[in-house]
Amino acid sequence: METITEKQQEVIEEFSLFEDWMQRYEYMIDLGKSLPLISEEHKTEDNIIKGCQSKVWVHAGLEDDRLVFTADSDAIITKGIIAILIRVFSNQPPKAILEAQTDFIDQIGLKEHLSPTRANGLVSMIKQIKMYAVAYQTQLN
Amino acid sequence: MFDVNKIRSDFPILSRKVNGQPLVYFDNAATSQTPVQVIDVITDYYTRLNSNIHRGVHKLSQEATEAYEAARKTIQNHFNAAHAHEIIFTAGTTESINLIATGYTNILQPGDELLISALEHHSNIVPWQMLCERTGAILKVIPMTQLGTLDSNAFETLLNEKTRLIFVNHVSNALGTVNPIEEIIQKGHAVGAEVLIDGAQACPHIKPDVQALDADYYVTSAHKLCGPTGVGMLYGKSSLLNQLPPYQGGGEMIATVTFEKTTYADLPHKFEAGTPNIAGGIAFGAALDYMNSIGFEAIATYEATLLDYATEALLKIPGLKIYGEAPEKTAVISFNVEGIHPYDIGSILDQMGIAVRTGHHCAQPIMDFYQIPGTIRASFSFYNTKEEIDRLVVGLQKAIAMLQ
Repeated sequence: METITEKQQEVIEEFSLFEDWMQRYEYMIDLGKSLPLISEEHKTEDNIIKGCQSKVWVHAGLEDDRLVFTADSDAIITKGIIAILIRVFSNQPPKAILEAQTDFIDQIGLKEHLSPTRANGLVSMIKQIKMYAVAYQTQLN
Repeated sequence: MFDVNKIRSDFPILSRKVNGQPLVYFDNAATSQTPVQVIDVITDYYTRLNSNIHRGVHKLSQEATEAYEAARKTIQNHFNAAHAHEIIFTAGTTESINLIATGYTNILQPGDELLISALEHHSNIVPWQMLCERTGAILKVIPMTQLGTLDSNAFETLLNEKTRLIFVNHVSNALGTVNPIEEIIQKGHAVGAEVLIDGAQACPHIKPDVQALDADYYVTSAHKLCGPTGVGMLYGKSSLLNQLPPYQGGGEMIATVTFEKTTYADLPHKFEAGTPNIAGGIAFGAALDYMNSIGFEAIATYEATLLDYATEALLKIPGLKIYGEAPEKTAVISFNVEGIHPYDIGSILDQMGIAVRTGHHCAQPIMDFYQIPGTIRASFSFYNTKEEIDRLVVGLQKAIAMLQ
């Protein structure tokens, strides 16, 4: 099982192959278009993070001591970034999620999307991921 | 003679690069850029005049006070207010509105009716909702049409002898609609209501005459019209401002203070507690001087050509829909492209150095009316060019190709 750090390293390496912003964005758009990220039953008002710009839905569940995230957004680029976040943080023990750094996003040139002024729900999504990790960690203890 | 290249050279920020590309700034409705003539005034204030106003006996304080009061006079002349003391310096439109909304707390009775329009910015909705919660007054909404104009028939049926206050923006920030405020003021006055006009979006394009309009209150922000952020004004008829209680207590707004009783200063100082944004106030005056030196007629004529040019070019893009098609509108285009979220387009345009606004523009009720999550808003100023609009069109085509 890969650790969060290993997965982050993988993403950073992938992104380093892109030559310009267009390739980066095209990749994110592809991710955003292709991935089924959340089942309809979890796309509820309770799971919604309302941003000024785009909406984000996040759901978490425990599978064999690992926390599995599903999420979605109404904007494709936001969804592409969600896909990257899920790839890194999902299917990991809550403790590892709690301890993980999130600055890899800066290193792959997507920092501006994580700026609170974007109000796209992603900052709240990362907070939410950490909150779920706290809650499930407590449950496991 | 209107020379856009000469005008552009007044704005240092316009030669900046963003993401490696020359900046195209089409977010003027959020904040306008600042010409060197205004920047110099701010620098000069902190270089030569910085001191506290209205109380120092020393030279700096006198000169700073003179400059600040001269700015008030400039604002008075610009808006054609009857008296300089009817111009209150505030932190901006939002504070101006809150000042009035707070002032009516002990004036309104339960059951009194307040009218706002469906086209308002959140800052001209929420303070009145809060006022209604405090007083038991009722907030009613003048509905809008598909074109993004106000429904004037519905407005008339909403008016009655219980209507105490009406709040309408001169121009809608999300759609650019110019509202018929003259008619609204007249009809409001006919039932005995007082009318506040939110001019934040109008003042960069239109020079209002508050006496000719017979507006009871007119509010705006300096940063929308080439001035700095954090300063704005409230115009109010002195007869009305005199009957309102002070907004904040503190220095500057008092006549005498004892622990038993404080008496308040006269207008405008009654509403200007504390040390104000002195440099900002002076720069506000300089910004109006700058815009008047270009001339509002020349600005309106030039911006109308930009609006027509952009509207025509954008409508050629398949699937593009413009929201807000009022016959009279300022140089603002709110639009969406079918099947694409505004945030995605805005993010890609940003990569190309093109600044637009995306989202609900602090006017969620308008987005709800059209049942959309938001729009992309390109808002033009007199320093923008047709070449920049061409870049927007090319940028949009590229973004659409990537996203579809």
